[in-house]
Amino acid sequence: MNTRYETLGGTGRGYYVPLILLGALAAAGLAASHYMDVHGHVVTGMTNQVVWGMPHVFAVFLILAASGALNVASLSSVFGRGEYKPLARLSGLVAVALLVGGLAVLVLDLGRPDRLIVAMTTYNFKSIFAWNIFLYTGFLAVVAVYLWMMFEPRMNRHTKTAGTVAFAWRFILTTGTGSIFGFLVARQAYDAAIMAPMFIVMSLSFGTAVFILVAVAAGRLAGRTLPDAMLARLKRLLGLFVMAVLYFALAYHLANLYVTEHHGVEYFILVDGGVYTALFWLLQVGVGALVPLALIYLPRFSARRWTPAAAALVVVGGVAQLYVIIIGGQAYPLSMFPGADVSSSFFDGVVASYAPSLPEIVLGVGGIALALLVTLVGMRVLPFMPDRYVDGTGG
Amino acid sequence: MTESARLADRYRRRFLAAVGVGAVLGSGAIRLVELAAAKPDDQPVSGEVRWGMMIDTSKCAEGCTDCVDACNDEHGLDGFGRPQTDAQWIRKLEVRERATGKVTSLPMLCQHCEHPPCVDVCPTGASFRRADGIVLVNKHTCIGCRYCMMACPYKARSFVHENLTDQRPWSPRGKGTVESCTFCVHRIDRDARPACVEACSAAGHGAMVFGDLNDPDSDIARRAREVPSRQVRPDLDLNTGVRYEGI
Ligand code: SF4
Repeated sequence: MNTRYETLGGTGRGYYVPLILLGALAAAGLAASHYMDVHGHVVTGMTNQVVWGMPHVFAVFLILAASGALNVASLSSVFGRGEYKPLARLSGLVAVALLVGGLAVLVLDLGRPDRLIVAMTTYNFKSIFAWNIFLYTGFLAVVAVYLWMMFEPRMNRHTKTAGTVAFAWRFILTTGTGSIFGFLVARQAYDAAIMAPMFIVMSLSFGTAVFILVAVAAGRLAGRTLPDAMLARLKRLLGLFVMAVLYFALAYHLANLYVTEHHGVEYFILVDGGVYTALFWLLQVGVGALVPLALIYLPRFSARRWTPAAAALVVVGGVAQLYVIIIGGQAYPLSMFPGADVSSSFFDGVVASYAPSLPEIVLGVGGIALALLVTLVGMRVLPFMPDRYVDGTGG
Repeated sequence: MTESARLADRYRRRFLAAVGVGAVLGSGAIRLVELAAAKPDDQPVSGEVRWGMMIDTSKCAEGCTDCVDACNDEHGLDGFGRPQTDAQWIRKLEVRERATGKVTSLPMLCQHCEHPPCVDVCPTGASFRRADGIVLVNKHTCIGCRYCMMACPYKARSFVHENLTDQRPWSPRGKGTVESCTFCVHRIDRDARPACVEACSAAGHGAMVFGDLNDPDSDIARRAREVPSRQVRPDLDLNTGVRYEGI
């Protein structure tokens, strides 16, 4: 029997409390951005040394997770894994919502957010940033069409085609996002070809983790808890991706160690970087990879109880990983004169300090809240939730 | 500017941006575009010229900041006493070779590359290179994303982190946009040398030579031919317009 999909019913607290809470957080993010706009970025922790800060950590996380959140839909429509089909619609919704949240943070952090229209109308096609504007808006359009194919019974037969396009688009999008950093040859930390593929596996992992958390919460809201079999399946998927991210992080640092020119920055991140070293080993590797892997693979931890915990830790580790890449990569000084020590009044040759300020954290959290708000409202107005989690039809 | 004037200004900009580039051009407040399209009286900017600078580090005195002071004065870079966020278009670097202990003092500024990474990465094309080799930021299309600052190998750019007052009319600056050395384009277009170069020679150091690298008879082209000099980060193949002797 076919799965039927329903909107989120009920007018009780289960819907309105999260709605109001998320709305308040998103509004706070907007207010924070307005505050930054009025006073200038001097009220953030960002400086001429660390020019991208906390907003970028959150924004890149959300954008990567957006692409990865589509995993479940792709598995169902592209790879014919029918067991994922009941969650395919939700997967598309979460992908769109995360991207909207990430883009909002990115735009609201601009020095001149009021010039968004300039960014949308004046392009320098040599810039990977300009290309990303198309990749991001295109992703929203492609997933919207994909969702329509899933929703409209007469269009169902095109689901596979639309899903395949979306699947390809995801990879290009994530490659584009990784390339934002990969093209920065001037900076030792980013000058690595592995950056783009590493961002792809990061997106698979972060997106699956966020999706698990949202699906569990959505199931609870809809009064239809995810069955153990589904959780176990998602958990195995997450386990694979977490291992892949760990492998790539290792390969990235080993490759960097091989390049003499990059020894300095490697030593900085892996051994001597203070907060960055701690974040790398404790949060990214420990809390974000080893602990979740234990929760996923040791039989004593049941899927029902521990999968959401593992997913939450992967999210924490992912944010830490991006913090190390984005902020740690800038904190380490540029090398203009190899073999010499440099000093100046402009912090040349010294590790830059950075402490995120409240407004930029509130802005980042606001982006997450916005993404969840879009998901919640989406579930309310359109039938995203399945009435059962088994589907015999496949495809 | 008062709060209401500032707001009015913002809304004006928003409106103009929405109406489009044509309207922006008509807004009458366009210093940089004007300068960038600079026609020193009757001639257009020529691609036959390549402005450049040669810095003789042996003449550059340790601790001397004459060029820096002149720049700050020329462009009104007063700062707010916040070194982390205050703009610096030119700064003095102290370079100490680890193997030998040799100390060199030199000014670091935008290197006005032939292939500037900041121009390549800028999403809107606000970061651009003039035909005569000067790399500038169009303050009307810069959205303040700071990608150019991430891309610059010389840390030559600053982001305006707070509200400014009393900007110099010839040196447009504004909160939320990125800026850097303009080679004093307003002076060049009037046949004068950049403020830092003037100051350096006025003080008798003569460590900076400015001129047209493409003109074989110019001082700078002759020096470039006769004296060994190098670019900073030559590995990046940017063909910088600023070159250093004695490093
Ligand atoms: S900060 Fe301005 S000049 Fe720099 S890349 Fe962004 S839009 Fe271009």
